[in-house]
Amino acid sequence: MLKQLVFSLTLLATLGVFTYSTLRYIKFFRLTRAGFPVKNFGRRFCIMVKVAIGQTKIFRFPFVGLLHALVFWGFCVILFGSIEMIIDGLFGTEKALSLLGPFYNIIMGSGDIFALIIAVSILIFLVRRVFMHIKRFEGIEMKHVSHIDANIALSLILFLMISLLGMNTFYILQQKLISLYAGQIQAGITTSPTEAIVGFYPVSSYFAGLAGNTLTPLTAQVLYQTFWWCHILLIFLFANVLPYSKHFHVFMSVPNVFLSRLDPLGKLANMDNITREVKLMLYPGVSSQASPADAPVERFGVKDAEDVVWKTYFDSLACTECGRCTSVCPANITGKKLSPRKVMMDLRARMKEKGPKMIKIGKDFSDMR
Amino acid sequence: MQLMMSEMIPVEIPIMADLFARGEKPEFLFWVGCSGAFDDRYRKVARAFTKILASLHVNYAVLGTEETCTGDPARRAGNEMLYQMQALQNIELFKSYGINKILTICPHCYNIFKNEYPDLGGSYEVVSYVHFLDQMIAEGKLRINKSSFGATRITYHDPCYLGRANEIYEEPRNILKHLSGQFTEMHRNRSSALCCGGGGAQMFKEAEPGSKEVYMERTEDVLKTGAEVIATACPFCMNMITDGIKYKNKDKLKKWKTSKY
Repeated sequence: MLKQLVFSLTLLATLGVFTYSTLRYIKFFRLTRAGFPVKNFGRRFCIMVKVAIGQTKIFRFPFVGLLHALVFWGFCVILFGSIEMIIDGLFGTEKALSLLGPFYNIIMGSGDIFALIIAVSILIFLVRRVFMHIKRFEGIEMKHVSHIDANIALSLILFLMISLLGMNTFYILQQKLISLYAGQIQAGITTSPTEAIVGFYPVSSYFAGLAGNTLTPLTAQVLYQTFWWCHILLIFLFANVLPYSKHFHVFMSVPNVFLSRLDPLGKLANMDNITREVKLMLYPGVSSQASPADAPVERFGVKDAEDVVWKTYFDSLACTECGRCTSVCPANITGKKLSPRKVMMDLRARMKEKGPKMIKIGKDFSDMR
Repeated sequence: MQLMMSEMIPVEIPIMADLFARGEKPEFLFWVGCSGAFDDRYRKVARAFTKILASLHVNYAVLGTEETCTGDPARRAGNEMLYQMQALQNIELFKSYGINKILTICPHCYNIFKNEYPDLGGSYEVVSYVHFLDQMIAEGKLRINKSSFGATRITYHDPCYLGRANEIYEEPRNILKHLSGQFTEMHRNRSSALCCGGGGAQMFKEAEPGSKEVYMERTEDVLKTGAEVIATACPFCMNMITDGIKYKNKDKLKKWKTSKY
């Protein structure tokens, strides 16, 4: 009962902070310009399935692409277990979703395997970032904090996976030892140790096997609870760190793929306000629909963060600073200053700097830059 | 040699205004573009293409002196107003001749007619010459004398406005594979092809300061393939890579337009 209460309060706090972050971003989005209307939901859905779920773009880089895809798919599977943990925590149940039967075993089994795969992939990613000096991860826009941000996000995922495997391992040990002890006390009882384990955990079973019977049931129980709490608290922490990290990518990239442009890449959007003026000039008198002379002059081009269309700001939030854009930018690879990643990162940083003041003081706020 | 000879064959170019005066309406407008009209090298491409059109008995006409700029360089350099003035005047002119099919020999013209004129009220069926040639070869109407190239090693540079912008990757390659059995790819090709350095009106200005010219970077890609002929399908790409080759003192390498055969 106490566990349920503590859990509910933690969940409430998590959701509260997360709602605050979300509302903050919604306010920022309100500052940006209107963009294209979102249509063609069917086609967009297909692109999302292909590029986001199928990870087709990242597979252009076969090795890291495969690792990225495995981490992504693993996350999707493990998410199921996290939902179950929230249900268990709220209602005091134990493995609440096990009523799904064989499907549950498949999900839990693959989640367990994926936890190991993700942990190994994250270690590879960390080694690539910290020791391998890959050019893509460098550049003028990649400041010290950018590297720290990346390493914190990766470490958090690593700890998430370690705690998940620890949780599963000690769950198995707990169940095994309890039934073993119960068997010793009431000799002749028929439950075999494995039957008491709900779900299927191939990797953790191996780890549990290594531990053998060296633990008392109580230690196993305490360790299981500790890892359970570690895992769920890390999830809550991760969810609330993300909106302030470049790893917001995790939330934003899938919807961003859904919102990707459907026009040919060579097409520039027409500037209708210019068309009005040109028509007025070419055919004076014809277009009486022209804006009156006393209408406020729209600012031309992108001078500051609020001048971009909402989709561009969305892009900057989905950016994970991987540097694949800058590494293929013809201007950048021939030593010019242009860096597409810098444009995205600066836009996000500038909105973070100017946005709150614009919300507080009004849209006309200017810090004279 | 072949060029010199073909130069002497007279081909009559139909002019839109003349046909209009006679009450005729051609199927296609052949939009020559600035390079086709003024660039020495690309004029040869334009002429070669008119020869192909004449031999295929395509019902087409050019605008002649009435042709102006599509507005693409102005727009890409940021002068939206100049672009829209050009575009609206062109649309008006096309309307007066009842033009609805346009043939282009330049990817920049192709892209702007196809993708951007519709926003200003000018919707046409735009056909790129690489698409046109590929189709004519596939239909057997256009036959290629393979012996002129034989085993020459050819590589192809993807122009951005055909490739990435409009996803025309295979047509030019098909044509080249008809020309020579020795077609080789550069390591950066198709959607990951490198820029020539000329797009976005960069063709008409010096590049921003940096450590290297973009066309040099691309020329090095070309030279790595060991190709004797570099084919491309864009006048600006051709210009930029010609510069790169001059720089590298590899003038003996020749670049051919894909439409020459």
